[in-house]
Amino acid sequence: MKVSILQFPGTNCEYDTQHAFEALGAKTEIVWHKSESIPEDTNLLVVAGGFSYGDYLRSGAIAKFSPVMKAVIEYANNGGKVLGICNGFQVLTEARLLPGALKRNEHLHFISKHHNLKVVNNDNIFLEKLSKDEIINIPIAHHDGNYYIDQDGLKDLYANNQVLLTYSDENGDVLNPNGSVDSIAGICNKEKNVFGLMPHPERAMEALLGSDDGVKMLQGFLSA
Amino acid sequence: MKAIVNVSLKAGVLDSQGKAVHHALNSLHFKNVSDVRVGKQIILQLDTTDEVQAREDVTKMCEEILANTVIEDYEIELVK
Repeated sequence: MKVSILQFPGTNCEYDTQHAFEALGAKTEIVWHKSESIPEDTNLLVVAGGFSYGDYLRSGAIAKFSPVMKAVIEYANNGGKVLGICNGFQVLTEARLLPGALKRNEHLHFISKHHNLKVVNNDNIFLEKLSKDEIINIPIAHHDGNYYIDQDGLKDLYANNQVLLTYSDENGDVLNPNGSVDSIAGICNKEKNVFGLMPHPERAMEALLGSDDGVKMLQGFLSA
Repeated sequence: MKAIVNVSLKAGVLDSQGKAVHHALNSLHFKNVSDVRVGKQIILQLDTTDEVQAREDVTKMCEEILANTVIEDYEIELVK
């Protein structure tokens, strides 16, 4: 199992992501954004979190024109598995690999804390090791995590089980930290090979550090 | 020629910054403001004098990068 992790100027979660996947037994490689290809043996491509290009213009907007992104789009369109975490999610929406967009948080604050999430759909490799309606605790750390999609787009997401995770309280009731439409924290594309979420599963790998709920999420990819 | 591009959130997309500014104006007793939208302005210096060409080029720039048309609208003003 080989996980390739993209690195743009300003990416800052690539080593956490590498550590997390290696702890689960995967081989990893960090791919600099100037590369025009991704490693041939890649089984999973991760667009890691951070602040690519300083979030200039819009979060993720400039990263989508990096040389490597052509290869990423081709990889995704050929069915390759892609996971975007936080800024990676923003990059994937800007690149139109995922529907919708991420706006400034409703109350304009940068939010950095552990948050409960509810598993909405698990008929996909990312969440198959979790149960439907299971509550997990994963850190969030973002300024632009307010997910927006228009009503037609939202209907499509529900019709195809593309809503993966919502922000909730410990009982699974809606608790929306950032104003996201329907409290959405993570989605996938219609083909279920491109995944995006604002929370950071790679930061929830050790119970000692607050939560190891990220392990089951990342493991889903390793068994695929 | 100069192109002035104004980018703002589409009508119907909640503008949290606009709302916060509106609140601030109200607390400063500017009571006659009914709505505030915050956008951004991008000023481009273009190496052309052809207005039609300029508008076509800048429209393409807006569609590809300057605006995210999922949530934003843009307006282009050309200044000689």
